[in-house]
Amino acid sequence: MRTRYLPVAAFAGLIVAIQLATHFTDSAYHLTQLTMTAYYSILIVGLCMLIGYAGQISLGHAGFFAIGGYISAFLTARDLSSIKGSGFVSFLSKAGLLVSRADLYGGSLLNVHPWCACVVAVVATVVIAYFVGGPVLKLRGHYLAMATLGFGVIIYRIVLGTEFLGAADGISDVPGFPLIAGLEVTGKSSLRVSNYYVAWGMVILGMLFLLNLIHSRVGRALVSIHGAEDAAGAVGIPAARYKLNVFVLSAVFASLAGIFLTHYNGGIGPSEASVMKSVRYVAIVAVGGMANLWGALSMSLVLNYLSLRGYFGSFDDTVFGVILILIMLFAPDGLLRRHLFTDLKRLFSGGAAGEEGR
Amino acid sequence: MTLLSVRDVSKRFGGLQAVSGLSFDVVQGSIKALIGPNGAGKTTLFNLVSGMLDPDTGEIFFRGEAVQELSSHEIAGRGLVRTFQHIRLFPKMTALENIMVGRHVHSKAGFIAGMLNLPFTWKEERRIREKSFEIMELLGIADHAQVEATSLSYGQQRVVEIGRALACEPQLLLLDEPAAGLNMRETNEMGELIAKIRDMGITVLLVEHDMSLVMKISDEIVVLSYGQKIAEDRPLSIQKNPEVIRVYLGDEQ
Repeated sequence: MRTRYLPVAAFAGLIVAIQLATHFTDSAYHLTQLTMTAYYSILIVGLCMLIGYAGQISLGHAGFFAIGGYISAFLTARDLSSIKGSGFVSFLSKAGLLVSRADLYGGSLLNVHPWCACVVAVVATVVIAYFVGGPVLKLRGHYLAMATLGFGVIIYRIVLGTEFLGAADGISDVPGFPLIAGLEVTGKSSLRVSNYYVAWGMVILGMLFLLNLIHSRVGRALVSIHGAEDAAGAVGIPAARYKLNVFVLSAVFASLAGIFLTHYNGGIGPSEASVMKSVRYVAIVAVGGMANLWGALSMSLVLNYLSLRGYFGSFDDTVFGVILILIMLFAPDGLLRRHLFTDLKRLFSGGAAGEEGR
Repeated sequence: MTLLSVRDVSKRFGGLQAVSGLSFDVVQGSIKALIGPNGAGKTTLFNLVSGMLDPDTGEIFFRGEAVQELSSHEIAGRGLVRTFQHIRLFPKMTALENIMVGRHVHSKAGFIAGMLNLPFTWKEERRIREKSFEIMELLGIADHAQVEATSLSYGQQRVVEIGRALACEPQLLLLDEPAAGLNMRETNEMGELIAKIRDMGITVLLVEHDMSLVMKISDEIVVLSYGQKIAEDRPLSIQKNPEVIRVYLGDEQ
């Protein structure tokens, strides 16, 4: 029990330390990219659960991210005041699901409340994930990878080609997301510090859920499905149902990441749904060591931050592609793993000893 | 009382009739062995009974219920659990965790309860761990509880796999060649273990090539050849059955 929660406390300490460091070095602007990193990390840890623990690959999780982000953006940014009179809108209004705000020019906008939009987006994600996952998870290995890739491409082409989703421009002017106690997910620079903590707080909450899950009966069942699906079935584990449930769970994590990042950025564009995003997420999970939530999270923190700060320049996607190739070739168990030090020693002491481990 | 009843079951793979019109019963509290030359259909029959394959025709009754349409996890949940000819342990898990997976059907915590670490799961987790450890003690492998299962010796892996099946508290245990790859001492211990499992009240159906083991522990033997039953009797009578001798040793000329 203690070994499960001690790293969480240490990680929370790290998050505070980073904030204090930016505070004292007067470089609080870093917090913006770190906050965005946090939201991507929610997707990463969910995907790590699916790929690393349950052993089911998905190259379509940017699709779920986009589903969450786009639904929430569409509902909260679309002005309903011109159709105020229609029965449905007045019903929503009476139910307290609408909120009015001022636009840039002083006019008033009538939007769906972010909480309501969030619920709609998550429910839609669950439904889509069930319908996609049901047939697709019957496939294994390369076939599953290709099918999920196909799903990702479909979502990308849909958001790119749909006029009311902004086509290639995406949706902008998405309002902030008011949470509890005056906290708000928004890109306003005056709220930068509180947003940083809100975002990483969500990551830590998600990590707690997943750490609990992997140490539970269900977690063992998922790892057993990964290891030997027929043997898991032979001791009574409904493998198909568990695979579908964990697929939906990871899709919800991706969707929530998309929802909150969209409200933080104030918009979303079709590049968030692109296949290269999905490849990047898989690369990060792979670098982290597949079945290693902490590895995936720390790699997500480093790589997403570097990417968002622009360190990879115009080679951004290339870097993640190269990372995926190198990891698959030289360290299929990820960078952060148990035998890291013995492997490094072998590498530097020379010789072909590295081949023995295969 | 009949625990398992196989009625006129057939299975064909393309041009190969793997099992044809096979019927036999397994009586509660007994050890029954399935023997026959390679390719006689023994493992296919195991796959049919455990729900990994569906028969083309025929019925399989377990505790009076037709189970031939059920999937393997549903059959396991009803108390019919199998092991595999080629050991199928879960890698990256300790021996204890492997056996804890076997407690799945006797515990409840789902995705939500697991994620929230709800208090009722604490007690359940403790019981799963205790029960699994008890099984390891019973099988004499408790010293290896924290060792990664796939790094154990072959004989110990076999025992862990049986332990995982026992953790399901089955009524009928299907053992697919439990002595394959074991040395003579380990084979003798396996024989004692199977007898012990029967004495615990668990009915055993096994496929095995080691004839001395089969003859020593079985109450009854079914002999298969080319997917058909050619004999079903007590060990001593099977040894004298001319048809069985012909199948195993060939004709005089």
